[in-house]
Amino acid sequence: MADSENVIQVDSERIHLKNRTLAAFLAWLLPGAGHYYQGRNTKGSLYLVCILSTWMLGFALGGGHVVYASWQPGDRRWHYFLQAGVGAAALPALVQGNRMRKLTRNGETSPAYEPLWGGFMAPPDRPVIEDRTDEVSAWYATYGAGYEMGTWYTMIAGLLNILVIYDAYAGPLAVPISGRKKPEDGQSEDEPSVQGEQDSVNHEQGAATQ
Amino acid sequence: MISISPTYLMYYLPLIISISLVFGATRHEDTQTILQHASYTARWITGFMAVIFVILMVINWML
Repeated sequence: MADSENVIQVDSERIHLKNRTLAAFLAWLLPGAGHYYQGRNTKGSLYLVCILSTWMLGFALGGGHVVYASWQPGDRRWHYFLQAGVGAAALPALVQGNRMRKLTRNGETSPAYEPLWGGFMAPPDRPVIEDRTDEVSAWYATYGAGYEMGTWYTMIAGLLNILVIYDAYAGPLAVPISGRKKPEDGQSEDEPSVQGEQDSVNHEQGAATQ
Repeated sequence: MISISPTYLMYYLPLIISISLVFGATRHEDTQTILQHASYTARWITGFMAVIFVILMVINWML
């Protein structure tokens, strides 16, 4: 991709996206890192604080048990696919999940299994059976609504980071029509009333090179 | 009227702040415009949820 195609203009600001793929990868690895790489430090800091604090708050609300990787009968943790959107912060769960998977036969974990790092992001002990007393139901009982909310917080943080990854790769998304104000008197129908929106409409790749 | 403790509604605050700011930032580059968009998004989501809340309350009251 030619270097000129990596320069865009939004809100009267010229942005050099540099290596888009690398920026997107960094944005996934650590929220905001892709923007720091591109020199968009304010937005990088905003993403880092907002997304990581949401994720960590959720993690704490759930007692540190809401993020784990598991795909066993009775405990298919689909939530992890969204939680993993924050990148490195969720990766220990993969290591723990894989370790437990290797020591699980026919839905039962071997007594020899010992989780790493004091059980940090480790899946629950097997078997996990719906409607039965097991470690997951114990977590629900202990943390109550916090477990549920913690799961939601971490999932939402991961989803938000997907928007951030896109922003690092391609720049800000176009402003939706519903976000525009009605034209004021004397202003044409097509002319947005907010300066920032007007610039967003002018969001064109390679504008700086013309 | 509400079957859960009102303190549970506090869970909403960090989420709305985070979602609004990130949503605004993914649509603009200028800080001031980001904050304006975030404020708009927060008010829109809050208003939408308030309307749903009122509708559910009325349905509950009618049943």
